[in-house]
Amino acid sequence: MFKYILSILVTALLAFVSGLYMPWWGIAIAAFLVSAAIPQKPAFSFLSGFLGVFLLWEVLAWWIDNKNNGILSQKVATLFPLGGSAVLLIVITSLIGALVAGFAALAGSYLRRLIYPVPPPETV
Amino acid sequence: MIFNAETRSMKFVPFLISSAVTILLIVVFNTRWGLAPALGEFLSPQHGFWQNAEPVDRDFGQDLQLPGLKDPAEIYLDDRLVPHIFAGNDDDVYYLQGYMHAKFRLWQMEFQTYAAAGRISELIGPKAINYDREKRRLGMGYAAEKAVVEMEKDPVSKAEADAYTAGVNAYITNLKESELPIEYKLLGYRPELWSNLKTALFLKFMSLDLAGSENDFEFTNLRSILGYTTFNKMFPVSQDSLDPIVPVDTVTRVPRIKVKAPAGSDSAYLHSTDTVSVHAVSKPDKDNGSNNWAVSGIKTKSGSPILCNDPHLGLHLPSLWYEMQISCPSFNAYGATFPGAPGVVIGFNDSCAFGFTNAMRDVRDYYEITFRDDSRKEYWYNKQWVATDFRYEHIIQKDTSEYIDTVAYTVFGPVMYDKSFSGNRKTNDKYYAVRWKAHDPGNELMIFNGLDHAKNYTDYQEAVKWLHTPGQNAIFACKNGDIAICDQGEFPAKWKRQGDFVMPGTDSSYQWQGMIPQSENPFMYNPERGFVSSANQYPVNPATSPYYLGGEYPNYRGLMINRYLGQMNEIGIEDMMKMQTDTYNPLAGMAKPVFLKNIDTTDLTANESKYYEMLKDWDQRCEAESKGASIFKITWDSLKAIVWDDDLAKAGMPGFYPYNSTLLEGILRDSTYEFLDDIRTPEKESLKQDLTLAFRRAAGTCKNLDREGKLTWSKFRATRIEHLANLDPFSRLDIDNGGGEFSINAMKIDHGPSWRMIVQLTKNTEAYGIYPGGQSGNPGSPYYDNFIDNWVNGKYYPLWMMAKEEETDKRVKAIIRITKL
Repeated sequence: MFKYILSILVTALLAFVSGLYMPWWGIAIAAFLVSAAIPQKPAFSFLSGFLGVFLLWEVLAWWIDNKNNGILSQKVATLFPLGGSAVLLIVITSLIGALVAGFAALAGSYLRRLIYPVPPPETV
Repeated sequence: MIFNAETRSMKFVPFLISSAVTILLIVVFNTRWGLAPALGEFLSPQHGFWQNAEPVDRDFGQDLQLPGLKDPAEIYLDDRLVPHIFAGNDDDVYYLQGYMHAKFRLWQMEFQTYAAAGRISELIGPKAINYDREKRRLGMGYAAEKAVVEMEKDPVSKAEADAYTAGVNAYITNLKESELPIEYKLLGYRPELWSNLKTALFLKFMSLDLAGSENDFEFTNLRSILGYTTFNKMFPVSQDSLDPIVPVDTVTRVPRIKVKAPAGSDSAYLHSTDTVSVHAVSKPDKDNGSNNWAVSGIKTKSGSPILCNDPHLGLHLPSLWYEMQISCPSFNAYGATFPGAPGVVIGFNDSCAFGFTNAMRDVRDYYEITFRDDSRKEYWYNKQWVATDFRYEHIIQKDTSEYIDTVAYTVFGPVMYDKSFSGNRKTNDKYYAVRWKAHDPGNELMIFNGLDHAKNYTDYQEAVKWLHTPGQNAIFACKNGDIAICDQGEFPAKWKRQGDFVMPGTDSSYQWQGMIPQSENPFMYNPERGFVSSANQYPVNPATSPYYLGGEYPNYRGLMINRYLGQMNEIGIEDMMKMQTDTYNPLAGMAKPVFLKNIDTTDLTANESKYYEMLKDWDQRCEAESKGASIFKITWDSLKAIVWDDDLAKAGMPGFYPYNSTLLEGILRDSTYEFLDDIRTPEKESLKQDLTLAFRRAAGTCKNLDREGKLTWSKFRATRIEHLANLDPFSRLDIDNGGGEFSINAMKIDHGPSWRMIVQLTKNTEAYGIYPGGQSGNPGSPYYDNFIDNWVNGKYYPLWMMAKEEETDKRVKAIIRITKL
């Protein structure tokens, strides 16, 4: 549980830093590295990558939108078209980032298993 | 061992699959699908559109280091985000103007140059190809290239343009991906570096809008099919209700050019029956007009002159205009600027105020060219075959191959229409070269430079001499009490009807015979009547003018302005505001009595009677809530269709109506006006019949509109201010105001007063202004459209000519301090 929460937080942090210096897909590298470094079951790695970026993008988008009084989100959500719903736009934003990061984390987790094979249960 | 290797390779599978899915997702979200942007990039809160969602309380203050600046400078942004630039020298002031234009309007200024150059296909693909080819074939790029040569020949304009370009580029080169205007992110491209050519392209874009209007092909067909005599009655070259810019009794100077119609032109030209098969893709709005007037101190409360100007142009977001003060030791100017060009265009400085309306002259004509063969390498001119120049237009088309348009250039100009291009028509086997004044050399930047620096009437005269195309009525008022107006430009000296129809291009006989000397341009300086004005009407009486003027001259706004100004005394700023937003419809004022007298009310239904009464009670004002204004307009349009469409249908051109003044004057003059008759019926229709029919049809339309709640004037006219790329959510589609095409407040569906300005030249200048938009071009900014509601309500903002010492004034919201890098 600790590793799980730690992974989420570190993914979010690293993804944020990647956003300052790299194109948007830097979030995939961040999630990949974190799950390769912190051993977890693949399903948990996926979730922590997914949630890490989901939360990051959700908080960032919400924060920006709030400071902007929703001026732009409402327009873009009409353009797309999402019926002008800023909430929906923020959720879709976060989902897209989360999906990419989730799979990247999954790949990272499997890579770790290749390098450090999980001992078979009978030897435990 | 084998078993082990197999498990090992088996373990690769989930890694490979999850990696592949990740990469696939990245690729999918990094790719544009049709018109949709790449979602990953566009939605990423740190890169995409969220970055354009500007905090509403954003602090624009910063310390900047810029290359190319000579002295330290400050820019003060006030509470409306108007920048007040204080620089150490002329170059720096234009440099910083370019920087600020780019900072707040980059996408718009570049997009306008793409449109001017015929490069829209580059952004949206082959669906823009006809639009682009039209601009290329008109020679927009050719004209801009020639303008750059002129601009760079003069050290003053070269320095100015270079500094402006460097300033724009200082912004572009330091622009981060996340800071790109949202339109770039949506359409998926990046800004190019700015250049003097782009500035020239922008100015040619304005020339096209203001001096690109003609109906030569339509006129040719009407003349050929209906005959010149009928055509001449439908499109006369004079008006009964004439009130030209320079009063009719003014003595005209002896012309230095004696224009003469070519021998035989009566039969070979005026009475020719050749038809054409060309249809323009896009046309400038025929009502690209404006109002301006200046009243002298003898008529004002303060004793000082007041100058007013409101240019009527296409209304868009971001707005064509950007308000700013630019100040340096040699001048201090405030007003509306063009993002895309240096200088203040309509505004004032410490000594005087200046503005423009469009001169409306026809400076774009066509000649039919005879090529030796389809190769277009030689054309017949003055009894010999002359070699053609070719210009190859490379049109890049998004997502597909390049389109190369080979345009033939003749002594007249580019062959705009030929077998491969006839606008929106499919078939045309003739060749038409366009002679357009905007192709001639000119250095228009110098007008604004001159006016911004002007201290007196002499400086104004020197400045406006630079204005060649587009021709403008340049108005002027000065703190010393002077007022003046000049119908300025370089205009071809034409014989009567020259260029109204396509002309023969096999020799020089139909070419323009010279340019009217600028000293002969109509002007007024401190007239006795105490005011000067223009509203796109005839500059002089066309009947006594030594030169044929060509073009369309709406007369009703000018009539009203002169009537009001003639009666007014003790004028204050509020009176001018009231006048600029006046909604009285003078056409209706004259037409309604004829309507009421002639509409036969005996057989009207209850519904029709209801609207008849509403029309009768209407006060001829186009107020937002007025239903009478809509009923009149619908009846008027219905009458136009009844009177003209039978004749126009003969030429296959229904809807191409003669000027409104022609119909009004026709029915005012004569109840048996010949066009009232429907030539398709054996019967001879009367004014009574036509008007009653027009009204009954209109009443039917009114009933339907009324039921939908759309009969009030503002709902019926339905003004909208569209985003430049027609993105509805970035537009304002709900403009609810008064005014109409014949009112001084000339509101139309997407067109109207684009900058209302009033300047009182007292010792301390008192100025007011507003435009329908906002200072920021960013749809995610609260400053994107924040002026619109006040503009709709006819309100004005005080224009603050700031002094450097006022740095601590509470109107200053942010300070940008710039030093040399």
